[in-house]
Amino acid sequence: MSEVSTAKGPRGGKALLDAFIGSNGALSVFVVLLGFACGTLIIMAVGRNPDGMYLALLQTLTGYNATSHVWNSRYVGEWLTASMPLILSGMSMGFAARTGLFNIGAEGQYIVGLTAAQFVALFFPPLVGLHWILAVAAGGLAAAFWGGFVGWLRAKYAVSEVVATIMLNYIAFFLSRYLTRLIPDANTYRTPSFPETALIPRGFLDELTNHSRLSVGIFVVLACVFIYWLVLERTKLGFELRATGLNRNAALYAGISVTRSFTTSMAIAGAFAGIAGAIVALGSFSYGRVLGGYDNYGFNGIAVALVGNSRAGGTLVSGLLFGMLASAQPLMQSRQIPKEITWIISGLVVVFVSLRAGFRLLVEWRAKVAAARGQASTGGDDA
Amino acid sequence: MTDSFPSAASVPAREWAVEMIGIRKVFPGIVANDNVTLRVKEREIHAILGENGAGKSTLMSVLFGLYSPDAGSIRVHGKEVRIRDPNDATARGIGMVHQHFKLVRPYTVSENIILGKEPRNFLGEVDFRAADRRIAELSDRYGLAVDPRARVESISVGMQQRAEILKILYRNADILIFDEPTAVLTPQEVDELMTILVRLRDEGKTVILITHKLREIKAVAERCTVLRRGRLVETVDVASTDESRLAEMMVGRAVDFNVAKKEGSFGDVVLSIRDIDVRASRGHLGVRRLSLDVRAGEILGIAGVDGNGQTELIEAITGLRPVEKGSIFMDGRDITRASIRSRARAGMGHVPEDRHRHGLVLDFRLDENLALRTFDRPPILRSRFFLDFKAMAERARALIAEYDIRSGSGPATKAKSMSGGNQQKAIIAREIDLSPRLLVVAQPTRGLDVGAIENIHRRIVAERDKGRAILLVSFELDEVLALCDRIAAISKGEIVGIVEARGVDERVIGAMMAGRSQTAGETAERPS
Repeated sequence: MSEVSTAKGPRGGKALLDAFIGSNGALSVFVVLLGFACGTLIIMAVGRNPDGMYLALLQTLTGYNATSHVWNSRYVGEWLTASMPLILSGMSMGFAARTGLFNIGAEGQYIVGLTAAQFVALFFPPLVGLHWILAVAAGGLAAAFWGGFVGWLRAKYAVSEVVATIMLNYIAFFLSRYLTRLIPDANTYRTPSFPETALIPRGFLDELTNHSRLSVGIFVVLACVFIYWLVLERTKLGFELRATGLNRNAALYAGISVTRSFTTSMAIAGAFAGIAGAIVALGSFSYGRVLGGYDNYGFNGIAVALVGNSRAGGTLVSGLLFGMLASAQPLMQSRQIPKEITWIISGLVVVFVSLRAGFRLLVEWRAKVAAARGQASTGGDDA
Repeated sequence: MTDSFPSAASVPAREWAVEMIGIRKVFPGIVANDNVTLRVKEREIHAILGENGAGKSTLMSVLFGLYSPDAGSIRVHGKEVRIRDPNDATARGIGMVHQHFKLVRPYTVSENIILGKEPRNFLGEVDFRAADRRIAELSDRYGLAVDPRARVESISVGMQQRAEILKILYRNADILIFDEPTAVLTPQEVDELMTILVRLRDEGKTVILITHKLREIKAVAERCTVLRRGRLVETVDVASTDESRLAEMMVGRAVDFNVAKKEGSFGDVVLSIRDIDVRASRGHLGVRRLSLDVRAGEILGIAGVDGNGQTELIEAITGLRPVEKGSIFMDGRDITRASIRSRARAGMGHVPEDRHRHGLVLDFRLDENLALRTFDRPPILRSRFFLDFKAMAERARALIAEYDIRSGSGPATKAKSMSGGNQQKAIIAREIDLSPRLLVVAQPTRGLDVGAIENIHRRIVAERDKGRAILLVSFELDEVLALCDRIAAISKGEIVGIVEARGVDERVIGAMMAGRSQTAGETAERPS
């Protein structure tokens, strides 16, 4: 009854397929490569040279322009900057998913976090070194309540978290617009500038990345990734949340309070999205925004979590991937590659990842067959 | 019913209703049927005996056209045939009563029966009256006593099964396959079904009975084909083969059906239930004014047909379902409203009815599943927040060794890749490891093979001998009879009566399960 390693003999293709569908990580890598392969074909189909795309991606990742042989680290900084909110909102989605909840509300939680951070930035005393930290914390906290409320509704009144979060996205959006415009001297799209102390500092990163917008927020993101891993994989709370996510009835039976799991999980998920909002508000802008539409980081987080398998490391890598696609767009355009190709590639990746359900059925069926064969052969009187 | 039969060799080919010769069916990686030969005579009741996974259902699915065999040939009434699909089988007079009924619940019996083969009048409308007439006729002829106008959802499980039988008779089947037909019936209904099978045979039908219950085979079948691990063991005359021989052929070794049990020594009352009402999921009272005591060192069995309040009772005791009225005491302490976790801490173990729904997190590793009840306390809880996964794996290794839990890669095995028997052993290991004063056990051996059943029965009795109080709920009367010291029969959410298990006649319990209360001393006459 050994695992899925059923490949007998040198049937290479089958063994390779086994390796890919046997591991979620390998499958994600495979799916991403497949997305790029399709993207390449599309570029060729519209009569452009796909080299342009890969050169643009290389420049995004390393800052090296292979055509002019110029190296500029600012591109790397911009890539990481674009990735930060994607990683965080991916974790927002992923954390809830690991508890068996579908958090469509990362967008709303992101807006609540962004709005709270803007208010703290504008109205809190400008304490050097503390102001921005307080603002980011406030963003996370406000969004934790916003998300936790949904978890509580789910736990207490069995309100579907999907419907509740979608509705709360609208509420968050219009509430943010309304409250922000109440700020003195705010016009229809912006508030007065933040005090310097509220901006997330760039520190040595400024020099390192040639004055990109990359801030020390990246370390907050990395800390969040670590916390995500620590809580889910190492703590009692994480054990309870994972058990709830995988089998609610068994969790209940084991004495885990499923209702509390829901509230806690949604609050933590909300906090991640809220911190994303705060980092965008205070890292990439110097004034408070009156939102004119969704930033869509929350929604893109769904794709990030999907590709990252809702794991800490996976979500980090997948957030960096989607960030790369987003920040490579202008570079592609300058190389006559339609920027829409990046959306096509991300779309394809999500579609392929979703096909995983089908792959998984295949895996489980094969495991079952292997188990059955194991049983049949042990003690089977083959004579 | 066991007259003498001509020996197989002297029967000319036209006297075989079904011949399946050298059937081989391979699923990727597993040989489900390996050169199996089955010959069923015209007008006989032929049993097919085997454990779960022996290939009985595969063989019958081949006959019914659900699978096409990889090798071998099939003859029906002496004529070589190829059965491509169930319609083909139906056209050749083969019908099957499945274990899970395929009925539309809001429809009447006769609507269900004619579905897909509706009689039409000259206008092309469905002629319900003709249908009712024909069905009543069939029902009379075979002694089925089914009301064609009754709605399926309002009739008993036994009646639903008869509707299924009528469905295939209506399609003119003369070879009837029954797939584990008694799994869902009360003892009385089982007897009635046996009578019906004999009647079908007497009226000229050929009956193939798939089962793993030896008593049923002894009661009605003339011959029996035993399968083990996809292969034919032997086809025997039932009259000249005793039950233990049949069991040995089925399992491949001698089986001891008697659970070795010491004389009980009963202590204080551990669990005491007083007049509880419990609501079922659909809102009505599933348990009504129920009282029960379980003493230390005894196994109290709850016998009853599925759906008579057992689930609600178990969930109320274990804290999964609220109690509307009344109280539950454990060791004299009122636990009516205690949390599940505090019940576990007080020493209540629970082997749940549905091991996949409640008992296990299938995507968790084995060690995580084994820790499901104890992760909230040391040694697995290392500090206030953090778990010690090394301690978790260590504890798992100890339990795996002690309880002989077989798994591919030890503590790291995913629960879902384990066999049902080993999953159940894991649950029992975990619950006993709580060192419970009280063990609540529901359906502990459902779907397991004989070897696993023996193991689990021994574990339960061992706990009793250690002086624990055990409450056992099972739909298998044999299991209740084999294990328990006292038996309480439940019907419609009420305890109908409680009897000492020693020497009790199962008819008495059967009558109580059907809702007729009896006193302990009374014994019904047992037909031979």
